[in-house]
Amino acid sequence: MGVGAYVAVSAALFGIGLVAIVARRNVLYVLMGIEMILNAANINFVAFARHAGNRLDGQMFAIFVIILAAAEAAVALAIVLNVFHLFHSVKPEGVDRLRE
Amino acid sequence: MALLRFDPGVDFWLLLAVPAIPLLGFVVNVFLGRGLPRKGDWLLTGGMFVSMAITVWLGAKAVSAAFAGETFFHRSAEHGISFSWLYQSGKEAGSPLNLTTGILYDGLSAAMLAVVGIVSFFVHLFSIGYMHGDRRYHVFFANISLFTFAMLGLVLSDNILFFFVFWELMGLMSYLLIGHFGQDPGSPRLLQASAACKKAFLTTRVGDTALFVGMMIFYWKFQTFEFTELWRLAQEEVARNAGEHPAWMTAAGLLVFGGTVGKSAQFPLHIWLPDAMEGPTPVSAMIHAATMVAAGVFLLGRTYPLMSPEVLAVVTVVGTLTALFAATIGTTVFDIKGVLAYSTISQLGFMVAACGLGGVVFGMFHMVTHAFFKACLFLCAGSVIHGCHHEQDMRRMGGLRKFMPVTFLCMLASTLAIAGIPLCSGFYSKDKIIQSAFERGLTQFDGVSFFAAAALPLAALLTAFYMFRLIFMTFFGEYRGGHAGHGRGHHDEHDGHGHHEEHAHTPHESPWPMTAALCGLALLGILGGHFWLSTPTDPLAGHTSPWFLRLVSLESMYGGRVAALPATEHVTHLAHSLALWVSLGVAFGGIAIAYVLYQRKLVDPARIARNLGEVYHTVANKYYVDELVDRVVVRPTLALARLQKWIDENLVDGIVNGAGHLNRGVGFLSAWFDLKVVDGAVNGTASLTQTLGALARLVQTGRVQQYISFAVAGGLALAAWLILS
Repeated sequence: MGVGAYVAVSAALFGIGLVAIVARRNVLYVLMGIEMILNAANINFVAFARHAGNRLDGQMFAIFVIILAAAEAAVALAIVLNVFHLFHSVKPEGVDRLRE
Repeated sequence: MALLRFDPGVDFWLLLAVPAIPLLGFVVNVFLGRGLPRKGDWLLTGGMFVSMAITVWLGAKAVSAAFAGETFFHRSAEHGISFSWLYQSGKEAGSPLNLTTGILYDGLSAAMLAVVGIVSFFVHLFSIGYMHGDRRYHVFFANISLFTFAMLGLVLSDNILFFFVFWELMGLMSYLLIGHFGQDPGSPRLLQASAACKKAFLTTRVGDTALFVGMMIFYWKFQTFEFTELWRLAQEEVARNAGEHPAWMTAAGLLVFGGTVGKSAQFPLHIWLPDAMEGPTPVSAMIHAATMVAAGVFLLGRTYPLMSPEVLAVVTVVGTLTALFAATIGTTVFDIKGVLAYSTISQLGFMVAACGLGGVVFGMFHMVTHAFFKACLFLCAGSVIHGCHHEQDMRRMGGLRKFMPVTFLCMLASTLAIAGIPLCSGFYSKDKIIQSAFERGLTQFDGVSFFAAAALPLAALLTAFYMFRLIFMTFFGEYRGGHAGHGRGHHDEHDGHGHHEEHAHTPHESPWPMTAALCGLALLGILGGHFWLSTPTDPLAGHTSPWFLRLVSLESMYGGRVAALPATEHVTHLAHSLALWVSLGVAFGGIAIAYVLYQRKLVDPARIARNLGEVYHTVANKYYVDELVDRVVVRPTLALARLQKWIDENLVDGIVNGAGHLNRGVGFLSAWFDLKVVDGAVNGTASLTQTLGALARLVQTGRVQQYISFAVAGGLALAAWLILS
């Protein structure tokens, strides 16, 4: 089995994550979308590492990404809590102060 | 007589102390006087006593030198005592400008110094009583001391420049003292006093300007201010010019005489003197006797060798005219001080005429005798005014002999002296002046001499008349003041001392400092002339070797520096005896007329006045000189001032305001350019930036998801472009 199936899964996952980020109206779903995109990248890392002669560097990157994702989730959740505290809402369209 | 010899090493310093003491007194009293006990009057009067003692002591030395037959003439510069006032080297022709001043102490200044010292001391003493309770008591004493200082300095100056400096200081002091009540907001004569002091200052200023110009002409020609040098150079100049005075000397001499006309109140600049009566009475005594007016005559004495015959003719005419003219006015005045004021002008006319007639020594002699009796007369008048509760109108006096015996006796003594009764000082001096006139008339047969010979005895007659008119109206008859006399209308004179606790409506004798001063001056006035005229060995041979004429003679007066002067010192027998009978005749004649008119009342003076009609009105209105001066000088000056004001307000202000408006217009233009163009460019740039910014802001919605969408779209577009190209 070639690498194409992995890439297809990964692309699908990426697409779903992207849609979740752009379109969902709840920040928690947006965070989930980010996780999906990260994992789509992980799939790609692992698949291409396997495909390029069973090397371990791709898997190492995947593990980094997982760790990074965990840290990012922690920070993001903290931001979300603060946003909620400030705006009494977790809807991203309400949080548009950057415009000013 | 070694003790009475003039010692230059000591006596010049004593002479310096004479003016220094009043000056010091002035400084102390003007700054600290308010805080001193009795406001410092004792300090200044005591200081003046010391000054007087020195002047008398040195005067005695001068007299003893005169009797030893020496020429008494001392210049401090010859003994190394001189003060360099201004030194400037490097003038053209190599002679540096070096103005020094020192002391000139000769017979004339010795006599004058003693007179000033004595009179000033008595005036100080009198003022203690008279000015009691005045609001500015300590300032009054300070001023009168500075006045004395100026006169003493003037008498001692050895050069005409410093003479002029003290002369001007005296002008200032007369201004301050005549206007003494003009500084007191509570005084009822406030406006009159301030007008009088301005008038005195400005009128004498006319003469001062003439004197200054004359003095400068002499300096320009002779390059010196020193009296001794001026006398010597004038002699040389005349000798070079074949015995004739050059025209410029006549012109300069007339200008110098202008100073005398102003200061000594000669026609037509006499107008300030009657108004100066607004000053406190001690000041009047001071101005009329020792200082101010005497300075003008003293100037004539000092500059006599510079005067050409033409100038002396003018001097004679002016003096004689003044003597007669003021005497006629004196007969119509009812103000007790006014009578004395016009008598002063008249007597000054005598002195000036004497100088013009060549009897300069007699002029100086009359100045000295006049100083004592006139000071006494004024202080007596002050005492009368004080005693009558500030009443000055003689019509509301009378019978005061009973209330004020001391004042009466002193005033009578001085009146005898001024009227020229034998054995009183005024007789001797006035007799000598009339004698000079006769001598000139008999020898020269010119119009000027005849005028003087005719007018001076007539003036002397009028003098005796109006002075005894004053005595009869004031001291004899019944007291006409009564209850209504006090506090009435414009006659309510406020002359210094502020409050009377008792307010009795009868006249009263004055306190002791005043009467003491009166007695001292009256004694000097009576004895003065007699004393000085006769020798101690032979009193009956008065005219052969008189004291005063030994002390102040033409030979000694100019230190032997002046060779020949037109002089009438040695008179013919005819002129002498004629003058004696005429002066006796006019003196007793004047008294007799006054007795008939005002004591026996055989003829009513008012009827005479009515019969004279217009003549009387002209005289009573002082010949309308004040009105004439008002028309000719004052009003044109004011009109000129108004014209200048108009020019200033309309023309000059117009130009200035026009320039202002122009500047304002330019400013507006510049402001408009700044606001519209410069600010427009700056604001335009800003608003353009703002507009562009607003456009750019449209994409900045602040929505994170939208941003991501854009990023994704951009990424997709980039990828598509990469793949497709």
